[in-house]
Amino acid sequence: MATRRTIESNEPNDRSGGSLRSRGTEMATAAAQKAAETEPGGAGSTAARAAEQQAAFDEAVAADERIEPRDWMPDAYRTSLIRQIAQHAHSEIIGMQPEANWITRAPSLRRKAILMAKAQDEAGHGLYLYSAAETLGVSRDELLDKLHSGRQKYSSIFNYPTLTWADVGAIGWLVDGAAITNQVPLCRCSYGPYARAMIRVCKEESFHQRQGYESLLALSRGTQAQHEMAQDAVNRWWWPSLMMFGPPDEESSHSEQSMTWKIKRHSNDELRQRFVDICVPQAESLGLTLPDPDLKWNEARGHHDFGPIDWTEFWDVLKGNGPCNDQRITQRRRAHEEGAWVREAAAAYATKQAGAPRADTAATAHGEATA
Amino acid sequence: MSSSTEWPLWEIFVRSRRGLSHTHAGSLHAPDAEMALRNARDLYTRRSEGVSLWVVPAAAITASSPDEKDSFFEPAGDKPYRHPTFYDIPEGVKHL
Repeated sequence: MATRRTIESNEPNDRSGGSLRSRGTEMATAAAQKAAETEPGGAGSTAARAAEQQAAFDEAVAADERIEPRDWMPDAYRTSLIRQIAQHAHSEIIGMQPEANWITRAPSLRRKAILMAKAQDEAGHGLYLYSAAETLGVSRDELLDKLHSGRQKYSSIFNYPTLTWADVGAIGWLVDGAAITNQVPLCRCSYGPYARAMIRVCKEESFHQRQGYESLLALSRGTQAQHEMAQDAVNRWWWPSLMMFGPPDEESSHSEQSMTWKIKRHSNDELRQRFVDICVPQAESLGLTLPDPDLKWNEARGHHDFGPIDWTEFWDVLKGNGPCNDQRITQRRRAHEEGAWVREAAAAYATKQAGAPRADTAATAHGEATA
Repeated sequence: MSSSTEWPLWEIFVRSRRGLSHTHAGSLHAPDAEMALRNARDLYTRRSEGVSLWVVPAAAITASSPDEKDSFFEPAGDKPYRHPTFYDIPEGVKHL
């Protein structure tokens, strides 16, 4: 359910990129960068060096090379990436909640095992992405803190409730389907660690979509009541799924710069159109309809036309007024707080085992890397 | 939400099957090496992607600096004769 959610955030760019610190290998970049910038040499040479660095960066992006953590990059590029990757990571872990709602009530052991595997994948995707964000010089704690205090967003799609079992299928098909449409181009994103995380995510995501489709198909071909339940779920998830691509191009505040930096490869509207075109025949095979009377093939365009999206609803949910905004963030905070003793105990145990005063230095004892 | 207990970072290397070397897969936080291994198993080998794992404290890795990029790797730049394609061999000569 990995959703790229840059465009959804209408808050001003956060300043997470400002508090850079050294965090191990890939993460040593930021500190090295800062040190380099403050070396003596006079204003003239500093300016010349800055221009040189900018030119090297522009050249690399233009040549479709990847930017790696230890490379120089413009502050705004760093900040923009942190915002986007963090929002993406948050979406993954918040996205576990609507589906977890049905784990205990899955209709069969098979479906339950599948749903648990999927929820575990979402946690994994969150972790890949948090790691990618950390290479830019933010800490995990800082990122979680921003999620919990509402300073960073997650995808609005997860603020809708999962009312019936069919919603699990509809999420797999439509929400994960929209996410995949968004994410496949991100595998070629200009920032190396993000692109690599997306490749892993995309590999795993297609299972999510297929299990959803299969589950909906079973319902659609089942009893009249099951068919209606499947149709109802599709009716409720269709429009929010289209909103996942973000506002129309002309209103998307971050899009243009992200395209220039090759973080994004396609516009919101382009990806939305692609998704609609993919879904129409899939709905037919399911024996279900999409809730849009204006949806029809346009021969001249070679695409499906579709009806207007209710952007008032989108902005309203984004502002916090969706059906589940409070529930999602409250549950996330509670899970974090209630897990505090586990984190503390593990750190204390590690410290004790290593006989060292701090957990940070406790990590050297064994020689695992001899396998 | 204090940062006092943030676990150290580990770099994870996975051997995907016998006969191949360990390859960097990503990183994770864990309180100690044993937990890092367990977390790495759950995070990077959920679909049988590995037969062996290395976990290395990220802080223990020394990396070349990007500022050294030019001078550090420069010595290899003007030695094309280290590559087999440098040499002209007449057509028809085999096994060379």
